[in-house]
Amino acid sequence: MTTMSIIEKIGLAFFVLALLLFTAVLGLERYELSEARLAAAVDNEYHLEAIVEEARSAGALGKSYGSSFAYVPELNRLLSQAGQVLSGKAKEGLPDGVSRSEYLLPGWKAKNYLLPAVRAASYGPVSRRPALWWWLTIGMATFGGLLYILPQFLSLPGIKHNHIYANSHSRGLGWPLRGLFLGGALSGVLAYGVYYMNQDYFWPALTLLLAVLISVVVFLPQGSLERRPARSASPRATGLLGVLTGAYLIAFYIFLYWAPQHLTAWMLMADPLSYWLNGGPASQWFVYGMLYTLAILVMGVRMFAKYQHNRYQQIRTASVMFFQTAFAFLLPEILVRLNYPYFDFKNIWPLNYTFFFDWNLNQLMDSGALGLFMLGWGLALIIIGVPVFTYLYGKRWYCSWVCGCGGLAETLGDPYRQLSDKSLRAWQYERWIIHGVLVFAVVMTAAVLHSYLPEEGGMLTRGRFLWLLALLLLGAMGYAWQRWRKGAVDISATGMYTGLGVAAVLAGFSVYHASAGSSTFLFLSSGQARQWYGFLIGSAFAGVVGTGFYPLMGNRVWCRFGCPLAAYLGLVQRFKSRFRITANGGQCISCGNCSTYCEMGIDVRWYAQRGQDIIRSSCVGCGVCAAVCPRGVLRLENSSEDINDRGSSIRALHISQDGVRLDA
Amino acid sequence: MHIVIIGNGISGITAARFLRKLSSHRITVISGESEHFFSRTALMYAYMGHMRFADLKPYEDWFWAQNKIELKKGWVEKVDFAAQALHFATGEEMRYDRLILATGSKPNKFGWPGQDLEGVGGLYHLQDLERMEAFSPGLQRAVVVGGGLIGVEMAEMFHARHIPVTFLVREDSYWDAVLPAEESAMVSRHMREHGIDLRLGTELKEIIDDGQGRAGGVVTSDGEQIPCGFVGLTAGVHPNIGFLSGTPLETGRGILVDEHLQTNISGVFAIGDCAELRRPRPGRRAVEAVWYTGRMMGETAAYNICGQRVPYDPGIWFNSAKFMDIEYQVYGDVSGRPPEGHASVYWEHPDGRRSIRIVYSRESKQVLGFNLMGIRYRHEVCERWLSEGAHIETVLANLSAANFDPEFFAAFEQEVVAVYNLYEGRKVRLKGRRGLSSALRLLRSAVTGKPL
Repeated sequence: MTTMSIIEKIGLAFFVLALLLFTAVLGLERYELSEARLAAAVDNEYHLEAIVEEARSAGALGKSYGSSFAYVPELNRLLSQAGQVLSGKAKEGLPDGVSRSEYLLPGWKAKNYLLPAVRAASYGPVSRRPALWWWLTIGMATFGGLLYILPQFLSLPGIKHNHIYANSHSRGLGWPLRGLFLGGALSGVLAYGVYYMNQDYFWPALTLLLAVLISVVVFLPQGSLERRPARSASPRATGLLGVLTGAYLIAFYIFLYWAPQHLTAWMLMADPLSYWLNGGPASQWFVYGMLYTLAILVMGVRMFAKYQHNRYQQIRTASVMFFQTAFAFLLPEILVRLNYPYFDFKNIWPLNYTFFFDWNLNQLMDSGALGLFMLGWGLALIIIGVPVFTYLYGKRWYCSWVCGCGGLAETLGDPYRQLSDKSLRAWQYERWIIHGVLVFAVVMTAAVLHSYLPEEGGMLTRGRFLWLLALLLLGAMGYAWQRWRKGAVDISATGMYTGLGVAAVLAGFSVYHASAGSSTFLFLSSGQARQWYGFLIGSAFAGVVGTGFYPLMGNRVWCRFGCPLAAYLGLVQRFKSRFRITANGGQCISCGNCSTYCEMGIDVRWYAQRGQDIIRSSCVGCGVCAAVCPRGVLRLENSSEDINDRGSSIRALHISQDGVRLDA
Repeated sequence: MHIVIIGNGISGITAARFLRKLSSHRITVISGESEHFFSRTALMYAYMGHMRFADLKPYEDWFWAQNKIELKKGWVEKVDFAAQALHFATGEEMRYDRLILATGSKPNKFGWPGQDLEGVGGLYHLQDLERMEAFSPGLQRAVVVGGGLIGVEMAEMFHARHIPVTFLVREDSYWDAVLPAEESAMVSRHMREHGIDLRLGTELKEIIDDGQGRAGGVVTSDGEQIPCGFVGLTAGVHPNIGFLSGTPLETGRGILVDEHLQTNISGVFAIGDCAELRRPRPGRRAVEAVWYTGRMMGETAAYNICGQRVPYDPGIWFNSAKFMDIEYQVYGDVSGRPPEGHASVYWEHPDGRRSIRIVYSRESKQVLGFNLMGIRYRHEVCERWLSEGAHIETVLANLSAANFDPEFFAAFEQEVVAVYNLYEGRKVRLKGRRGLSSALRLLRSAVTGKPL
């Protein structure tokens, strides 16, 4: 359907070739099991000796393996056998001056050896010429991508949405396949979760229970069982390229989070850049950050080409490109090089859920004045930055101008923005899930902090922390209640009372634990809570579903359904902010471009056609609804002028004696 | 009481929604065109692949049952006003207590030879879109006839599918009855810039049969023969009232209604494109086939049926459209053939795709209209100035408050003021900023007609 210029075709060919090569690179290396290569990864002489001995007796020493999939199982076997041998020997007596913990090789230590050992065993074309392969894959993909994009600068400025629903890549997936991906992802995550949590069934079972509960709440009390969503994201026919893209992204994230030992060839390729930047070898996270940044930069250029006529889009895109490159990618690497803690100055708790973890707090407090500044900065963003900036500009100041997840969604994800589900049912799910994640993040963090803080001594003891938490919750509750009662926010009673109820229960428990001097918060093992949070929310939701589902459910799946920071920003936006999208009098023709291209699945037209301002907690202020409107109806605005009556009063179009009238 | 609405377009549906808000009467909406209400104005986006048909529906399908609005798919063939009964093409019958006629328009056909061939059609109904779809594969060229808004839409649609388009416009300049000369030229330029084969001052003489009952080409008034596989007829629309002829219902061009949208038959109302006002308000036409008047009429009719006597008053004229990439907004009295006594200040961007025109009375200096190309203005602010007859210099000085372009867009109000000062030898100074705050402040303050 689309016709491509020759330059676009060449660019696309380069990109596809580079992507194939990039994938193939993972199979180009061979892996040698030798003492020297093991020694490069295992720095404990007893462990090394035991592993080498096992390998020798198995006749595997000096053997070479054709792929990581052949080598990793062998290595795992050796590591676990070495562990057993060492614990057997330990019973007979430890060598002189060696502690038990130094001597033994339990499973978690073996896990830590896996990735470095695979990396060190690797030999072949990629390790010989890493820079060459970087250019052949990542370099060529960047070049091809830019070549594909550049001719678009020559087109006339205007909306570029022709053929999106005719395109196999961007038309989305029909409901059977979407259901398959969704069901597969959920059951896969829960099944793997049991293994990940060391055969602990509690958290996966609780998650399943909550998922079922939310479904019941959405379907039954909110009465949407018999409603067939008319505006779900399902197109009439499934796009095959979309399926492939989604599957590739999902596979990428699964390997990145849970099996990076198979991605060592990519790390080798990234080594030259990593050494240049931070003086050390590339981890899987360095590779991820590099790819992430490049994706935002290249697709950011695409946004410039697409929105030649819209300076809001251009400036916003430049902003996310800058924050990703400078704040998320370069600055932390430079800090590491200077022996400071890795710190992303724009990442805010609870999106940055590790901020209050013991190791992070300890690291920051041990890093001198800069570390303390980072700690203060992080706290200030949570307590002052979020409310103040969101009051002034809406949550867009973060979500579509600064945030990395938002940055990727707005650039790499832009071709998929129309795939967000606009049905009322999707909105009902959204509210339960995203606020549920926020509650989980708060509870998990409270449990972690509670176990970190001393029972006595110091400024902040466990008891004081709990009182503080209860006060914060009660204060927020009181404020929200008062705004609601005044009619300044238009929220259903169910939603309001659920929110107040949850806050009250949490505050109640805090007070109870504080006065009882409990050793745990909410009777939780803080270690397990944070492990499950990291697995379920931090990795599975934010990564696998968040990005892997771009071609399935749009580019903001994570931001819309999962991000706890988005939920926090959204509450501020809903309860006290000057931001809204104004509808321009009676000009709306209900065409629905705004709703279709809203990545957050907001049915913008619902409001616009009544001449009503749009105030929704989920709105990230990307401004695309205003950009695609053919009649100049929508404008993103900040104003405190009518701030107190904008929430519940509907500035709708009505007939009256004096004609068109905008009234309450 | 059973209220039956014929037509599920914007006017019929708005009437149904407001009737439901105001009452618990039984409401039935009849349509032969589509199962559910959809946005007619967005048909082009479904064809161009911007949206799916489901996205054209402003309400989800369950909305109607939830709000107890009954939907009936079928064509009404005859209305028996005496018996208060509708007769469907299928032979079914439906009785009503109140009837709202919201039957919309039909594309005009001016007796061109070949106008009823296959592959000839307008763009109004869902079926028109389906016809365009059916004829698009392998289409070598489309000819669009007509010099208005739908013609450009159709040209853009085929253009988006990479089908060459020839656009025949009878007038010497595009839409010159409505657009002033400069804006009309801008649109022509823009269409050509996109590669549309625009033929100004050219009429359709006949559509040639390809031998199989399908359009094979057109002959123009210049005698030129243009081979094509599709002919789009977009020379305006007329009220769709054919099925009502021979009934006691009084009709002119449309169904004649009074200011309460009541027809000559008690309990029968007509709204939207098919209604013709017996006494239109000054500055407004008797039949206005635009989206928002349909919406306002629907709401007005609902109030009147539910016992609140409200006259229909669409207020000050406004409209909007989009000519390929150029957005267009108009507020108030802007004419392609301005009467004596109208003056205007006109500024055009060097890129030739954006302009601002403000029309005012040469004598009284009161502002009369705003015409915007590629720039957005705020409805409420313009309407306020127009309704109060604000002085042109008051308007110019506060012009920033009317700007509705997105944040960070370059503002050109300074340039407009400069043009005025240059030609009128005045020293008006622009004050204030754009944005909601200044617009609200302006709306709250009394606007006087006096100069600063």
